[in-house]
Amino acid sequence: MSADSSEIPLVELRGVTKVYGQGQAAFQALRGVDITIRQGEFVAIMGPSGSGKSTAMNILGCLDVPTEGAYVFRGAHVEQLTRRQRALVRRHYLGFVFQGFNLLARTSAIENVELPLLYRGEPHGVRRRAALAALASVGLAGWEGHTPAELSGGQQQRVAIARALVSEPVLLLADEPTGNLDTQRGREVMELLASLNSEKGLTVVMVTHESDMARHAKRVVHFLDGLVERDHRNGGPH
Amino acid sequence: MLWNSVLLAVRAIRRNVLRSFLTILGVVIGVASVIVMVTLGDGATQSVKDQMQSLGANLLMVRPGMRMGPGRDAALSPNFKMADIEALAEQIGSVKAVVPTASAMVTVVYQAKNWQTTVTGSSAAYFQTNNWRLASGRFFTEAEERAGSAVCVIGSTVRRELYGAESPVGTTIRVKSFACDVAGLLESKGQGGFGMDADDMIVIPLRTLQRRVRGNDDVTGLQVAVKEDASIDAVIEQIKVLMRERRKITEGEDDNFTVFDTRQIADTMSSMVRTITMLLGSVAAISLLVGGIGIMNIMLVSVTERTREIGIRLAIGAVETEVLSQFLIEAVALSSFGGLIGIFSANAIALGVTRLIDVPFMFNPGMNLVSFFFSALIGVVFGYFPARRAAQLDPIEALRYE
Repeated sequence: MSADSSEIPLVELRGVTKVYGQGQAAFQALRGVDITIRQGEFVAIMGPSGSGKSTAMNILGCLDVPTEGAYVFRGAHVEQLTRRQRALVRRHYLGFVFQGFNLLARTSAIENVELPLLYRGEPHGVRRRAALAALASVGLAGWEGHTPAELSGGQQQRVAIARALVSEPVLLLADEPTGNLDTQRGREVMELLASLNSEKGLTVVMVTHESDMARHAKRVVHFLDGLVERDHRNGGPH
Repeated sequence: MLWNSVLLAVRAIRRNVLRSFLTILGVVIGVASVIVMVTLGDGATQSVKDQMQSLGANLLMVRPGMRMGPGRDAALSPNFKMADIEALAEQIGSVKAVVPTASAMVTVVYQAKNWQTTVTGSSAAYFQTNNWRLASGRFFTEAEERAGSAVCVIGSTVRRELYGAESPVGTTIRVKSFACDVAGLLESKGQGGFGMDADDMIVIPLRTLQRRVRGNDDVTGLQVAVKEDASIDAVIEQIKVLMRERRKITEGEDDNFTVFDTRQIADTMSSMVRTITMLLGSVAAISLLVGGIGIMNIMLVSVTERTREIGIRLAIGAVETEVLSQFLIEAVALSSFGGLIGIFSANAIALGVTRLIDVPFMFNPGMNLVSFFFSALIGVVFGYFPARRAAQLDPIEALRYE
């Protein structure tokens, strides 16, 4: 690995397990996962459905906590944080991109993009400037006033990426970001993510089941039955 | 942070105008009906008071029979005699004046027009004790009263029906079968409550009425004006004792006359109207409560419908209290906006209805303010449960919700 070994990793999963349900109905989604991700990486998480990749993603995104094991985010133990503290980690350090875009309906692109800054308590002028800049950076300058219904799928996903970028996160988490898009739009979105990683040094973790899309990442982690099956660097287009 | 929650709430309301409007409809109707009921009730109470005021203060009415209105037994309750008037005036200390009255329904005719009205026969003091003022001309004099002259003073309704805009003073009208000079025109007292028109009457000397209209010397009512500093209750007691004696009622036998205190009547009527107002007001308040439950219902539906939206907010980094306050503020904003619409429409409706039924429009700022805050309170109370439910959603499940 090219990263300096003395550098503190950005995120670190250590022996993470996750059990859903209790007793006989208990289901072990993760069985002891170790992953370390450093600043500036672009990681694709792959695996069949039920392999635990979404669970790992939820834990990385501070939406869920491990049943056992540790999740260290920038030196802080997330598994020990309260619900409120985890929300604040999401607010200040994370950006999310979802498969289904998850934009607020009947709400203009700019209001959608502004939302994270609103929760941060930024004043109106700052919000507006940052939201316009984020929209421009995903190639949607001039589309501020459009609602999701007036945008194509590719455009909606780019608005969602702008929303994730607007708060300048240290980690961007993308859950099947191309899953609802055709090949052409999907490739455009992937190229956008790849350029954010290579040009701005943004750390990106993405779940996907299309190896086509995973080729854009620098590193691919394969999940199988709640364990990391394979973790390798990508020759890919980069 | 609060301002941001307000902004988020306003955006959420604006996103769905129709649903927002339907949500607040219950509160609008509830607030409006409370205010309309209370405003109309206040107006009716005031109207009763005004009307009683126009009868004159410290005035007692003595009537034959045990109760007011139809159904009294004339044979058991003889009318008063002229001698009773003097007896009351002389034997009871605190009496300022005793005014006899008798009345009849007659047709009055002026030129080609005729009008059915009440003619009251009384003394010259009648006008003073009943707070009548002249619009033009004069009252009849004591001399005319003693002589039984054919002279009358007419109310403004009679003037309108017979004369139109013409001045009636100095003309002659026919009352039943005799010609009568119009000496004066009374100032209008306006419509009384309960649909009675106080101005639809003419007044002539009692003796004239007895001789020329009724054909007997009965006095059907006595008005007793009491001195300001006297005890009304004591005077009523004295009148009862004296009249029982004069009407030869033996001990143990019931009175065959009744003494009314106009103030007491006014108080009774006002409290009656107030009771009805409160009754209607509480029925309206129940509808306000139903409106509140409507808000809760829609907010709950809205939380379910917006589960995914809440998931997005939570994922983006909203903390529980922010989601809670957003939904709570949404509920409060909706309900207080509903309250405002209710207040405006209620006052418009009340203004229209008071005009229609001719009672004064009594704007009650305190009650309007209370209604507003109450509608806001409804938002807090009925918005809290749905808001808490929204805030406690699990972000992962909320995001997965279809």
